[in-house]
Amino acid sequence: MKLFLRIWFVATLAVLARGLYVALFVVPADADQGNIQRIFYYHLPSAILGLIFPYLNFAASVAYLALRRGNPLAALRADAFALATAEITILFTTIGLATGILWARPVWGIWWTWDARLTSFLLLWLLYVSYMMVRRFSSTGQTHTLAAVLSVFAAIDVPIVFMSIRWWRTQHPSPVFGGGQGSGLDHSMLPAVWWNLAAWAMWGVFLAAARYRLERLHQQQQMDAALAATEATA
Amino acid sequence: MTPAAKLTGVSKLYGSFAALRNVTLELPAGRCFMVLGPNGAGKSTLLRTLAGLIRPTLGQIEVLGTTPDDACSRIGYMSHATMLYDELSALENLRYYERLYFPALPVAASRAAAALTSVGLDPALTRPVGDYSQGMRQRASMARALLSDPELLLLDEPFSNLDTSGTAQMIALLDEIHRAPRAADAPARTIVLTTHQPQLAESIVHTVITLRSGAVESVEERAR
Amino acid sequence: MTYLRTVLHHLAKDLRLESRSRDALNGMLFFSLLVVVLFSISFDPTRAVSREITGGILWTAILFSTTTALNQSWTRELRHHSLDAQRLAPAPASALLLGKALANFLLVTILEVVLALIFIVFYNVNVLGNAWLLLLVLPLGTWSLVMNGTFFAALSLRTRSRELMLPLLLFPVSIPALLAMVQATQSILTADSDPTLWIKLLAGYCIVFTLVCLMLFSTVLAAE
Repeated sequence: MKLFLRIWFVATLAVLARGLYVALFVVPADADQGNIQRIFYYHLPSAILGLIFPYLNFAASVAYLALRRGNPLAALRADAFALATAEITILFTTIGLATGILWARPVWGIWWTWDARLTSFLLLWLLYVSYMMVRRFSSTGQTHTLAAVLSVFAAIDVPIVFMSIRWWRTQHPSPVFGGGQGSGLDHSMLPAVWWNLAAWAMWGVFLAAARYRLERLHQQQQMDAALAATEATA
Repeated sequence: MTPAAKLTGVSKLYGSFAALRNVTLELPAGRCFMVLGPNGAGKSTLLRTLAGLIRPTLGQIEVLGTTPDDACSRIGYMSHATMLYDELSALENLRYYERLYFPALPVAASRAAAALTSVGLDPALTRPVGDYSQGMRQRASMARALLSDPELLLLDEPFSNLDTSGTAQMIALLDEIHRAPRAADAPARTIVLTTHQPQLAESIVHTVITLRSGAVESVEERAR
Repeated sequence: MTYLRTVLHHLAKDLRLESRSRDALNGMLFFSLLVVVLFSISFDPTRAVSREITGGILWTAILFSTTTALNQSWTRELRHHSLDAQRLAPAPASALLLGKALANFLLVTILEVVLALIFIVFYNVNVLGNAWLLLLVLPLGTWSLVMNGTFFAALSLRTRSRELMLPLLLFPVSIPALLAMVQATQSILTADSDPTLWIKLLAGYCIVFTLVCLMLFSTVLAAE
């Protein structure tokens, strides 16, 4: 596992470097926006990954809730995975929001707009920050269950937010940044998109795996300490 | 005869802290058990595990022949917290809980008043429980635990907060409850109580279990 | 049928408790009044502008008042650990949640009626659209806040900064419902668009989250 992680890390760095090079030097600048548009190659992967990881977290949370009675050890692994993916979700949504805001201002003249995509993305960020707060503020033993419950709420809420604001904006249109996801992209720009998408996806996987390992080690340590205490009287 | 409770290798872990460590016990039905130990020994944790309020992290537990959850209507639990609503009278409290156990019970068949009388409280008292003295509150809580005529009665520190006469009354009450005949074919009642004042319950107890740091230190039979 | 009876039983208990102490309701009424006054000062209700934003202001005021109501909804259960006794009873846990949510709903509706009347006075509100639809929007909106809020209040019981956690959890999850409430109210007040879509969204939201809360409540209650 350790070796595989190391190899993956090196490969990720390579792809990240390639992606950076392609994004900054290879693909042409945007006809309308100029070089500022290049931030898009960071914004897009963050936005996409920021939507994938929360659903991984949701799957892990459901797994935890289902397994915790029958197979507590597997449930613990599910919880470690849930924690890792939650943290990565916050990472990517933060970057996605920040890059989006930085991009919007010079190009469209406004920092923010309440359209469906941005609002649900912001909500995702809010929900996962509150998820981490629940994990931090709850007492040992209850943390996993409460966080898992919250994850279920988040998973149901985000699509509902998206739809509701889409409807709202059909009645009261407001500026929508960037049009469709790839609408303004010329074919010549696609390599930057793919390289960076791959790079950041690999980076996300690496971080999640490393975090997962860290949490598993922590869990193992706790179990060992507790078992040692119980064995003392066997 | 099915034992009242059977624990095999039960441990309860909170992070790296073990509240119960490898507890293996069999409690035969119909007897009175006292669990002793200093503060933090795991007495309350053990009782809560028997009641089904805590799930063991490791090991198996069987209460009244089944899981604590399935046996919940046959278990009565009393702790230092009364679990009653201060704003309601004792009778109102008991009628409320009774309907949770027997939802279809007609008002006339309510046993709430009888439960209060059996612990020496007047069911006609309309004062809210919040105004009761400590001893009365404890007795009302006992009545609540007895509502479903439980086979297994779990009492966590029933003598704490009581003065000498209150304690004597509680002991007499417990003795009476233990001896009181149940319905014709109903199994005998088992009582498990915890305290860190062993001399108080000596007269009514069959077996003394001592816990230390979450583990069973000794199990002693007493001649009664 | 038994389930419904149990729910009503819990509801009756909560209403009785509230009528005996009445501290919550008085405090909340006064708080609501203060909120309306503050908003009136912050958002000067000159006629033209006020109608544009009345919906939003009204629901924000209701949200804050509801949060104070929700924060104390489980205090009586906590005081003497009644939740333990609830867990021990065989009655389904979700019935407890539903009963309490209904009690909170009635409480908040009282607050809302008062709030709305004060609003109409301070903001010179004139309903241009179909006013009867408001009788649909207000309960649906209130239910969405109260159902999730009662659930999250119970979830927050098991965390350290209890009063802080409730809004942290409730507000993000309620955003779609809030949007629907505000938009529906606005369209009814100004009659410039059709509120039907928003009312449908609100109803859908209520159904989905009521089911989710009821299903997950026993998990939250048993987390220990």
